[in-house]
Amino acid sequence: MTIDQSLDTVDMMLNMGPQHPSTHGVFRMVLTVDGENIVDVQPHIGYLHRGSEKLCEAEDYRQIVDLFDRLDYVSSFNNELPYVMAVEKLMGLEVPERAQYIRLIMCELNRIASHLLFYGAFGADCGAVTPFLYGFREREQMQSLFESISGARMMHGYFRVGGVFRDLPDDFNQRLDSLLPMLEKGITECEALLSKNELFLERTLGVGVIDAETAIDFGVTGPNLRASGSTYDLRKDDPYLMYPDFDFNVPIGASGDCFDRYMVRMEEMWESLKIVKQAVARIPQGPIMAKTPRTLRPPKGDVYVRTENPRGEMGVYLVSDGKDKPHRIKMRTPSFCNLVALRHMLIGSYVADAVVILGSIDIVLGDVDR
Amino acid sequence: MSWQDVLFTVLKVLAVIGLITVVVLALTYLERKALGRIQMRMGPMRTGFHGIFQPIADALKLLLKEDVTPSVRDKSAFWIAPLIVFVPAFILWITIPFTEDLVVRNLEYGIFYIIAVSVVAIVGILMASWGSNNKYALLGGARAAAQLISYELPIILVILAVVMLAGTLDMREIVHAQGSYPYIYLQPLGLVIFLVAGLAELGRTPFDIPTAESEIVGGPYVEYSGMHWSMFFLAEYANTFAIGALGTVLFLGGWSGPLLPGVIWFAIKTTAIIMAIFWLRATLPRFRIDQLMTICWQFLIPLTFVNILLTGIYAFYGWPSWTMFLMSIAQLVVSGGVVRLRQRARTARFEEALRARREKLAT
Repeated sequence: MTIDQSLDTVDMMLNMGPQHPSTHGVFRMVLTVDGENIVDVQPHIGYLHRGSEKLCEAEDYRQIVDLFDRLDYVSSFNNELPYVMAVEKLMGLEVPERAQYIRLIMCELNRIASHLLFYGAFGADCGAVTPFLYGFREREQMQSLFESISGARMMHGYFRVGGVFRDLPDDFNQRLDSLLPMLEKGITECEALLSKNELFLERTLGVGVIDAETAIDFGVTGPNLRASGSTYDLRKDDPYLMYPDFDFNVPIGASGDCFDRYMVRMEEMWESLKIVKQAVARIPQGPIMAKTPRTLRPPKGDVYVRTENPRGEMGVYLVSDGKDKPHRIKMRTPSFCNLVALRHMLIGSYVADAVVILGSIDIVLGDVDR
Repeated sequence: MSWQDVLFTVLKVLAVIGLITVVVLALTYLERKALGRIQMRMGPMRTGFHGIFQPIADALKLLLKEDVTPSVRDKSAFWIAPLIVFVPAFILWITIPFTEDLVVRNLEYGIFYIIAVSVVAIVGILMASWGSNNKYALLGGARAAAQLISYELPIILVILAVVMLAGTLDMREIVHAQGSYPYIYLQPLGLVIFLVAGLAELGRTPFDIPTAESEIVGGPYVEYSGMHWSMFFLAEYANTFAIGALGTVLFLGGWSGPLLPGVIWFAIKTTAIIMAIFWLRATLPRFRIDQLMTICWQFLIPLTFVNILLTGIYAFYGWPSWTMFLMSIAQLVVSGGVVRLRQRARTARFEEALRARREKLAT
């Protein structure tokens, strides 16, 4: 019997998303697969495009904070921060120290909440059902704390140009004292469930590897970059708020695979806890708002401010023409830039890895599409 | 055959159908409650006392649901597939001995019959995946075929070792052979391999690769809805129970036990195995298809061959029973140790990188 040499196979086009349980919203990948192997991938975004940048041009400076909330809706505080900092920088406002501390505490707590959500979603992507509920358990406590502070569980709208919306509630310290041990216990339990699970290691070790050089070339930042071994963290490298005064480490990974991306985030939660504890011990009394004019009219000019979001470098480029509305705002959102590296990581892996890799990048579609 | 015989047979078959329905409904409730407990929630609570009527409500919903079908499908394959999956799951039960007398038809080659019948379901799954004309279903079907056929081997080889000890294929006789001690004592490794391979046969976590919800959103069943989907569902849970029952008969001594009546013992042992399956579902992530194959061909099958070899030597020379226990346990410990060492070596890597970084910061 001879084998027909002309017999050839055709690669299959597999559409994943926008309605797929593991694309974290409305992201769409068009995979070209040869059996289970991914030959090529074409990402499609834009299903959640709201034109936030353009909308900013029609709102006055105080209203824009709420638009920033809706970018990365699981870490709203961290999104508000670069915007208010940009306006303050342009206007030369001096923010009271207490307000800065409050901002820092909120941002770090928000980072933990965001990483807990990542933990749950990543577990689900790997096929485990329980992490999702474990991740949400402590996050729920944090959300109710955020609610007691800002009045909203999500989309807080808490930071103001010049300070914060209102002072911390009277029982804040009490609530935090009960929350922090709960968080420590919760994160330990989460790690026990997944971090050293043999199956989890099988699924994540050596999957979706990207080295630091390539990651930087793609513009990847945040935990995704640090997992590849780079120590780039804006809290250390381009400090803002009072981060230089705090004692914390920047966890890094060794090989830049999905497991490292996961572990870096788990470690970051512990570091954030350290920061919160230090900040709560030091927080001074005092005003929470700087004196601002009734209508904010930053002087003509432009400014770029960047901060370390839970997902990476969040940048705001603000151009003012001296009116009460900005001339142009450019949002440099981390999820969008991190997503660029997806194709590089996916090609050559398996279909089953596609969701794991996408989950390990930890995108939020509101942040990608704006 | 007189008309009484015919009537009696029909009644028996109807009883099995009724039993399957009741067992499946009970299992779904049990699973949701068990998962709820592990995940720190209550599970179903609204329908009746602690949601006891939830399975009935679900079944009614499925019965009344509109049967949505893809317009471009291979019609015959699409409609026959649920039957081909369900019927083996159903006729499997005919030869399971719940007690000495409580068995629809005890066959002399009972185990052989069960293995032969259970393989047929693969055809149904492939037909479902092909008939759906859906790429996710196709991928799932290909995965299912590879997985189920591969894992038939270790499960057969493990059962073979038990059959060698008992010297019979008759399930009732196998239970009788475990008079002094159940085979879990002689074959601890056998039970472990049986459960692993059984999980893979069932396509349950961590081997739910064919249906992987987060990857291929339900695999072969993605286009089915309503009653046709629930046929697959029914078959899955009926098979889960069958694996539990088979494990009980082969390794845990079937219905034998002190004080309580046999049926109760059988139910307790089977439920224990099924609860272990649910527990694994709540705890573990999912394998990838290539890893699954590796485990089967490079790990389980060699182990089962060694197991058969040792069992053969033991049976041939008539050594005392503790030698078999020691040999089996030693294999189990060695293979478990290998996995553990591998795991530790691999997690150490990240911690080393972190420690190096911290030391660098400290200096």
